[in-house]
Amino acid sequence: MNAGLINELEKLLGVSSVLYQPEDTLLYEYDGSVEKGRPDLVVFPESTENVSQIVKLAAKYNVPVVGRGAGTGLSGGALARTGGVMIVFARMNRILELDAENQRAVVQPGIVNYELTRAAEPHGLYFAPDPSSWKSCTIGGNVAENAGGPHTLAYGVTTNHVTALELVLPDGEIIRVGSKHGEAPGYDLSGLFVGSEGTLALVTEITVKLSRKPEAVKTLLAIFDTVDDAADTVVDITARAITPSACEMLDGWTLRTVEDYIHAGFPMDSAAVLLIEVEGLAEAVAAQAAAITEVCNAHHSREVRLARDNAQRELLWKGRKNAFGALGRLAPSNYVLDGVIPRSKLPQALRRIHEIGEQFAFQIGNIFHAGDGNLHPILLYDPRDAAQFERAREAAARIIRYCVEVGGALTGEHGVGMEKSELMPLLFSDADFDLMRRVHDAFNPDCALNPGKIFPLSKGCGEIRVRKQAGATATQR
Amino acid sequence: MMSTSASFSANLASFLGPSRVLTDPVPCAAYAVDKTIPAAVAKPASAEEAAEIVRFAALEKVALIPCGNRTKLGIGMPPSRYDIALDMTALDKIAHYDPGDLTLSVDAGLPLAKLNAALLEHKQFLPLLVPWYSRSTVGGTIASGIDSPLRQFYGTARDFLIGAEFVDGTGKLCKSGGRVVKNVTGYDLHKLLIGSLGTLAIITRLNFRTFPAPLASRGFVASFQNAEGALALRRAIAESSLTPLTLDLVSPELARLFATQTPQTPEVAVFAGEEQPSGQSLLPPVGDWFRPSEWQLCAAFASTPEVLARYERDLMRLATNSSTTSTKFLDDNSRPSLWGRLRETLSMLLEASPAAAIFKINILPSYHAALFASLRQIAVRAALPHALIARAGGTIYFALLPTSANDGNTNLLAQTATQISDLLSASDGPAPANRGHATLLFAPPALKHAFCVQDISASRRLKAAFDPQNIFAPGRCF
Repeated sequence: MNAGLINELEKLLGVSSVLYQPEDTLLYEYDGSVEKGRPDLVVFPESTENVSQIVKLAAKYNVPVVGRGAGTGLSGGALARTGGVMIVFARMNRILELDAENQRAVVQPGIVNYELTRAAEPHGLYFAPDPSSWKSCTIGGNVAENAGGPHTLAYGVTTNHVTALELVLPDGEIIRVGSKHGEAPGYDLSGLFVGSEGTLALVTEITVKLSRKPEAVKTLLAIFDTVDDAADTVVDITARAITPSACEMLDGWTLRTVEDYIHAGFPMDSAAVLLIEVEGLAEAVAAQAAAITEVCNAHHSREVRLARDNAQRELLWKGRKNAFGALGRLAPSNYVLDGVIPRSKLPQALRRIHEIGEQFAFQIGNIFHAGDGNLHPILLYDPRDAAQFERAREAAARIIRYCVEVGGALTGEHGVGMEKSELMPLLFSDADFDLMRRVHDAFNPDCALNPGKIFPLSKGCGEIRVRKQAGATATQR
Repeated sequence: MMSTSASFSANLASFLGPSRVLTDPVPCAAYAVDKTIPAAVAKPASAEEAAEIVRFAALEKVALIPCGNRTKLGIGMPPSRYDIALDMTALDKIAHYDPGDLTLSVDAGLPLAKLNAALLEHKQFLPLLVPWYSRSTVGGTIASGIDSPLRQFYGTARDFLIGAEFVDGTGKLCKSGGRVVKNVTGYDLHKLLIGSLGTLAIITRLNFRTFPAPLASRGFVASFQNAEGALALRRAIAESSLTPLTLDLVSPELARLFATQTPQTPEVAVFAGEEQPSGQSLLPPVGDWFRPSEWQLCAAFASTPEVLARYERDLMRLATNSSTTSTKFLDDNSRPSLWGRLRETLSMLLEASPAAAIFKINILPSYHAALFASLRQIAVRAALPHALIARAGGTIYFALLPTSANDGNTNLLAQTATQISDLLSASDGPAPANRGHATLLFAPPALKHAFCVQDISASRRLKAAFDPQNIFAPGRCF
């Protein structure tokens, strides 16, 4: 790496804010996905001005820049695919304003999702998007990936809760889009930048809506003897236009693994459970819970348990949200997919996933946002076994292809990143890529920001080179 | 080199067929945008044909403006060029609807009312109850960016538009998003189409998530002698556990318009329980329970009988603790007369004063009281009739309603519009920096240039990416 760049960055940020020794940068070559990509330099800005100056320096030395929050992403979005400078937002983690009356907060990108909800709670408010990693992931990362979570079924994903952004463009220019209110003259730029996976700009400040905590919550655990019955129940809940705030499914194999670890109270001998939550006015919640119980019973639910109190409710959710940790006890690594299907296709999709698992000799677990058709099949594998890893990728691609075939999409909340970029042509035509490319180039013409993401390498940043030097072990298909 | 209008009209007719191209000045005049009349109207029968017309326009370097039923073409800046009107109303099919998935794919030219009638058969609906409702097409509604009182509960189109197909400025059919309710595959380009006024792309198809149609619904109206009292009740409702479908504040001047005028757009039933009016019927007048000399806080809510009873109890309790002068609950018989007017506010304002200047101001609710006072002061000083409706989430429509469209009034309107613009940008005003934005939604063309949008470099970059030759509605956004 260029000594001049290191020198200038250290002068700008101080020596403790610039890492470049391999043993330091090694920590940043991973995220939550199966991908790797090591940065040459890691820097920790403390202000928007810092970010702008870093970007300008990187441009001067012709080095790409990648933003990163907590590194919990599941698609390789925050990895330095072609090396370069990684901007870690850990020190830009403040709440700049909390306006309870207008239900808005202005935050820096490095704040942990849950910390905002904790700060809003005394006002009876919370930040609705709640990815499973909410106790460690950052809101900047949520914005980049347009993150979801169990409760987005009723309340929408990150983009539905962002009203304004401050952004740094690759030339260092600082711009603001949206407004505190949300709407602003011109096009819906917040709508474009949220979910653009750091390929258009770096987000340095975020204005979000805060939601009012509901008066009543009921959490139901519906237990089934077959996966089909559980899946049919979800289809029927949707078809009857009942809108729970969350509707999660765990299949039997997954819930047994989770139960061994968390002791959430999942029945060990069941084939699947649905974790369903309803929220709102007490009267409405009572009616919805009754309607859902009726649907569950109609589909041969063995039992529908109602969480007695907050402690029991939190335990059930702990089981759901820590499932990936529990699976970590079974295999060195796991590969979490994120395909989406039309909700009515759920039963057949789960059968197909099971078949693909048998075909590729993988035990595939399912723990996912059933209510909005967002699947999370999990493949356990050993990354040291190259052949097995390749087989896992093939099985994953097969599942994603199936999602597209039945009218779905590649990713519901994890992002395309570098993991699914080569699968993008399943959904998009050359004309679509041309337009996306022109939109990309309108803000990031030289691929200085997060190169090698979203677009297939052949349709992305022209002559992008994926470096395979020591230290930058970028993987590609 | 730009071709002459006669030659490109002939070329257009030769490849589309004469029945799909209008060149007579009289029918073309019906497609005027801010008094600019196009040389030709082309009516594609398919998305592919629309793409072909765009490629033709790109080749001939002529400017296109897409339209549906032309109810909201007044929104936006006067076009700098306008050669062909692209009438999209022949694209009017529901391409895909799976009630079990609550998702929908619909052609741009289908009227919303027809779409909702089809959805209501499955007890679902699209919460876009916008002005000119029975005539508005889906595509025009999205392109105009117009909102609906239902945004209080359902959000705006950006919250339930899940994908789109459209023709870009190079004449290629493109898409973004999909037909699933949760999707982060690729850039959310369809969100950019909302409010783009035809400047980015020709929308051919839109995908939405649909919603369960409200069950039994009720209305609630509380009257107040001043805005402060109404705003206090609005805040109390916002901070309660209630989640009304709509929550709008109506100024006394607008209330008077509601009490004395009937919207001219034919009425259609929207919700369950409403009687389906036959033919070209109009809204019935509001009842004598309506107190037009006062501020009105209007809420709608819908649910099961138990929940409706809870709403009535809680709203009464909150109202009793407020300074209200009267309250009224409305049922399926009385509710449509007022809710139809709330929905049709913009069409009614323009019917009352065709030369009206209507501002859309987006500002957080806590700034409303001070802003209302300042707006009123400016209008009174100019001796201009005015009216206001404020949504609880912060969007305000403020109308100046000159009684005629003479030059004197235009000058007066221009001066007043400038004062409103200055008011919103003043750092010590009622809308401190970065808290609010105003756009001039409807106004006489001469006025629009005086109130131009600032800070749009990022939007310009996008315009060039979508439409490199600037053939789509040039000048309409900036």
